[in-house]
Amino acid sequence: MTTVLDSLNSALHSAMESDPRLYVLGEDLLDPYGGAFKVTRGLSTRFPERVLTTPISEAAILGAATGMALRGLRPVAEIMFGDFVTLIADQVVNHAAKFRWMYNDQVRVPLVVRAPMGGRRGYGPTHSQSLEKMFLGVPGLKVIAPSALGDPGALLLAAIADEDPVLFVEHKLLYTRPLLQAGQGDLADFALESGGDPFPYFVLRPPAPPRLTVATYGYNFELARAAALELMMEHEIFCDLLVFSQLSPFDLTPLFASLTQTRRLLTVEEGTLTLGWGAEVAARAVETVSGLQVRRVAARDLPIANSRPLEDAILPQVADIVAAARSF
Amino acid sequence: MTDNFALYRTMLLIRRFEERLLAEFSTGKLVGTTHTYIGQEADAVGIFSVTDPDDIVFSNHRCHGHFLAYGASSPQGSDPYRLAAELMGKATGLVGGRGGSQHIQWRNFYSNGIQGGIVPVAAGMALAEKEQQSGKIVLVFIGDGTLGEGALYESLNLAALWRLPLLVVLENNRYAQTTPVELAVAGSMAGRFAAFGIPVWERETSDVLEIQSAAREAVAHVRFGAGPAALILHTYRFMAHSKGDDTRSPEELTRIRQFDPLTIHAPRLSPAERDAAEAEVSALLAEAFSRAASDPFPALTTDHRTLNTEH
Repeated sequence: MTTVLDSLNSALHSAMESDPRLYVLGEDLLDPYGGAFKVTRGLSTRFPERVLTTPISEAAILGAATGMALRGLRPVAEIMFGDFVTLIADQVVNHAAKFRWMYNDQVRVPLVVRAPMGGRRGYGPTHSQSLEKMFLGVPGLKVIAPSALGDPGALLLAAIADEDPVLFVEHKLLYTRPLLQAGQGDLADFALESGGDPFPYFVLRPPAPPRLTVATYGYNFELARAAALELMMEHEIFCDLLVFSQLSPFDLTPLFASLTQTRRLLTVEEGTLTLGWGAEVAARAVETVSGLQVRRVAARDLPIANSRPLEDAILPQVADIVAAARSF
Repeated sequence: MTDNFALYRTMLLIRRFEERLLAEFSTGKLVGTTHTYIGQEADAVGIFSVTDPDDIVFSNHRCHGHFLAYGASSPQGSDPYRLAAELMGKATGLVGGRGGSQHIQWRNFYSNGIQGGIVPVAAGMALAEKEQQSGKIVLVFIGDGTLGEGALYESLNLAALWRLPLLVVLENNRYAQTTPVELAVAGSMAGRFAAFGIPVWERETSDVLEIQSAAREAVAHVRFGAGPAALILHTYRFMAHSKGDDTRSPEELTRIRQFDPLTIHAPRLSPAERDAAEAEVSALLAEAFSRAASDPFPALTTDHRTLNTEH
């Protein structure tokens, strides 16, 4: 059984093997520890000169990666917890993402920042957030998030191959999930389509005409899928499920195709509700599809509590998605 | 042509370029802002007289002087025309009018307007050059004001840990915008580098030859592979931080003019050489500014507008 973690780890191994310009840098990456979530496990043993363990200096990690990228290397930086992307904000917004355009296309900044995001592990207010929304819409930056669908490792390789900076958002709970295949397990009742190159989207179509369209990304597809099954089995409500891996720039064309059928959009994300990914998706959908009704399921606008019942109450749950879908 | 003549001519080019800019602003021909290098010319000219043409430079908001001196060290020579065009927002500017005064890129020269944030980028560049064994070194220019930024210290730590070919040039012009260094910098400037084991060359001078001599040693240290170095130059900024924001007294502004690098260096040239430099610079700038003024403005194309809505 291949997990999302295996897929990402193998991708990094093959990328380092095939490209001597590829460097990996971040905190606590060296074996035998191999990174806080083990995504970089084994790399420092095989490629000791190109795996750079760093001090706790997120701004310098990103700045160094930017300089390396400007001068011919292909850096992949790890930010140990996605919560710490606040510490790289200046480097991302005012340096890495800006240089290509600001310098009149005379330079390229091909770097990847990997950031494990997300809660549901009881890590509390500063180690559980989904802060990617702060980076959506930053000109020159791509934000990409794998899910258990498709090939997360291939997605990471596509991010590495990109000529522009990419923030690669990995939800922590995804790491141990097995890769999902169409037609297997609880996906058996859905038809799977995908498109979009090199950062694919996935469309799961139910066995009967859909009443609504659910849009999501990353780990929250797991919740959306569970909710879709419950809605189908217990309420005879069928959903189109749209799963994006490219969050920004926004390209929602496949979503619009589904919405012209359903006229009902439900977005699901783990970041806080206000000004989140779903807000932009909804705004663009309303601008494009007439007669649209919208619901958003997201985290409450609160810090994430440590206590499990509180954390559960703050983060979106399957029941919230079911309730929102039934509220149309 | 003597070395002293070349040093003088480049300092004069910077001085006259910046004077022209301020004049153009006052007549409304230029908009936005600028940060002139007047008074500090000896720093850049001394340093770039001892670097290699392909060395890499990351400069800051006060970058015109660095750029013109860097250009003078290159085979192409200084290009005040494309800098002027950039400042006028013209399509022929160094970055097509997108960056303006603080954000330029040409050959291996880069600048950005964020204090401190450029230093880790420069460290990463130095790492890339070291790993690719290019023999190039990276120079990053900071000021006394930059000493307040945390990213600087993260970068010094990395540069020392990884023995990067990075020369940090700290130009202490004694004011961060309007804030005197006494109100912004505690302790020792050199001590900041010493704490990371980074050797320091420190000079209190506006004499281009003294700066050249210190820079030669610091550059040699870095190029030899001995790790990063710092060059601290205590200097004077004669004009406002940008435009019209000078709160210093007239007495102070008069007093610091005794440290004019042009006046200090001029006696090493004959009157005929000085006249020749003046005439050469004057002709170069007249041509640069008039040509830039008649160049077209850039247009926003679909491709550029949608940088963030398509991939």
